[in-house]
Amino acid sequence: MPPVIEVRNLHKRYGNNVAVDDVSLTVQEGEIFGILGPNGAGKTTTVECIEGLRVPDRGEIKVLGLDPHRDHAELTRRLGVQLQAGQIQERLEVAEALELYSSFYPNPADWRGLMDGLGLAGKAKTRYAKLSGGQKQRLSIALALVGSPQVAILDELTTGLDPQARRDTWDLIEDVRSRGVTIVLVTHFMEEAERLCDRVALIDAGRVVMVDTPAGLAERARIEQRIQFRPSRQLDDGLLTSLPEVSSVTRRGETVIVSGNSDALNAVTAVLARNQIVAERLRVEQASLEDAFVELTGKRPDATS
Amino acid sequence: MSILNTAAPVAANRGSATWRLTKAEIKLCIREKTGPLWGVGFPLILLVILGNVPALGEPVEANGDLTYFDLYVPVIILFNLAILALTALPTILAGYRENGVLRRMRTTPIGPARVLAAQLVANLAIALVAVVLFLTVARLGFGVRLPQNLAGFAVGWLLAAAALLSIGLLITALAPGRGPATAIGTVLFFPMMFFAGLWVPIAQMPPLLQNISPYTPLGAGMQVFQEASYQGHFPSAQPLLTLAGYAIICSVAAVRWFRW
Repeated sequence: MPPVIEVRNLHKRYGNNVAVDDVSLTVQEGEIFGILGPNGAGKTTTVECIEGLRVPDRGEIKVLGLDPHRDHAELTRRLGVQLQAGQIQERLEVAEALELYSSFYPNPADWRGLMDGLGLAGKAKTRYAKLSGGQKQRLSIALALVGSPQVAILDELTTGLDPQARRDTWDLIEDVRSRGVTIVLVTHFMEEAERLCDRVALIDAGRVVMVDTPAGLAERARIEQRIQFRPSRQLDDGLLTSLPEVSSVTRRGETVIVSGNSDALNAVTAVLARNQIVAERLRVEQASLEDAFVELTGKRPDATS
Repeated sequence: MSILNTAAPVAANRGSATWRLTKAEIKLCIREKTGPLWGVGFPLILLVILGNVPALGEPVEANGDLTYFDLYVPVIILFNLAILALTALPTILAGYRENGVLRRMRTTPIGPARVLAAQLVANLAIALVAVVLFLTVARLGFGVRLPQNLAGFAVGWLLAAAALLSIGLLITALAPGRGPATAIGTVLFFPMMFFAGLWVPIAQMPPLLQNISPYTPLGAGMQVFQEASYQGHFPSAQPLLTLAGYAIICSVAAVRWFRW
């Protein structure tokens, strides 16, 4: 099956400023593909080239077999887009906007259902300018989906949403995906990428650092596990430090903190069992995508991009 | 959940989408209030006030039946066109560009050019309602004769509207943002209205200004309306060509320099 999106050696500069140096990636049908990276990494420029809003200086892009620039008209019918900074007419009411935008497409979705699904039904008669940031965001998601697109590109999907609305939106996106829609997600929320994405491309300084599953990315960053517990009786650190899977043992009060590779937990619990020690309040911290992000780019994922 | 279910088949062809967009933009223009309030309401009130000033009921020439008030009716019509085209239109469109509305539209099948066209049609529609309203109030309220050459008046009005809307588009194209667009439009509005004779009737201007007036859009518009309304003949070529010239040059320049 040919990929839904294929980007090869994309390069885009503004004057002397290289926004995207060399990005290649492929997105398969039906997957949720995340694009992650620090501020100014070139994430938004990359998706804007895919959307046909910007013309690449070099490289090739195919979306559903179409050239985003040359076949722009056809692409707009099949691609749903949520822009990071794209507003709609200030004085348009929510229901009016959804009805109007749905009329632009050959086979639109049921806009009333979308409005309910995104919790906007109570705001149907409210003008865009009067909506809160989170409501604008939800409307912008609804407008990206109102044309029943085959592919949806969502830039900063849940920025500005409260935790509950964020989780509702994630459910919605999973529901959309279950209908076979391919989704590209630009995000800086690691939790969001871990929860939703099948694969993630980590972009830094205009280049793809790595493409993998969120778990694979964390693994490849070689970040250690941390195991915390309170031993039921006196424990000699030497028992643990002698294990090849364990790299360090520290103590905080009665709590023992063990760091080690992904097999450390098994090794530690085996040793404890042999010595008839019970690990109370056992907690294991997996390497998160955020750890991987920091490890691989040397930067913190910031709140804006 | 079934939120992505396709809607019951509505007539969603592009023709109807364009028409829906146009209706929406007309509604938005009315909500924006600049057009309806300053472009229609204010000149209407002005018309009623001027109609009640006894001195303006005096004939312009002794024993003539053309009064000063008669001369103000076309000024009011031009006032309406100028507000809509030079202030309302550039403010809305430059705002659309600034807020990313045009960009957002570019990701839909409808495209940003049709938003522009819908705005033009919306302002033209409001202007059309206004001109009918002004002529009706002047006729019924103050006994002003309808334009004697209606066809000539209509052609002149259309050309004046085209010239002013093109200037409005050019302002939108060149202004860096919504604020500057409003400022440029407002600054242009006053000298242009001067040449239409809003403050001083053209006939009483100093000779130099009287000579410039027919080459300004509103001066030419005034001449066209006077000829069609009170001299009863089809407007002469010179003001018509002046208006057409503004329309063509400004719209070509606007297309050339327009930034989405």
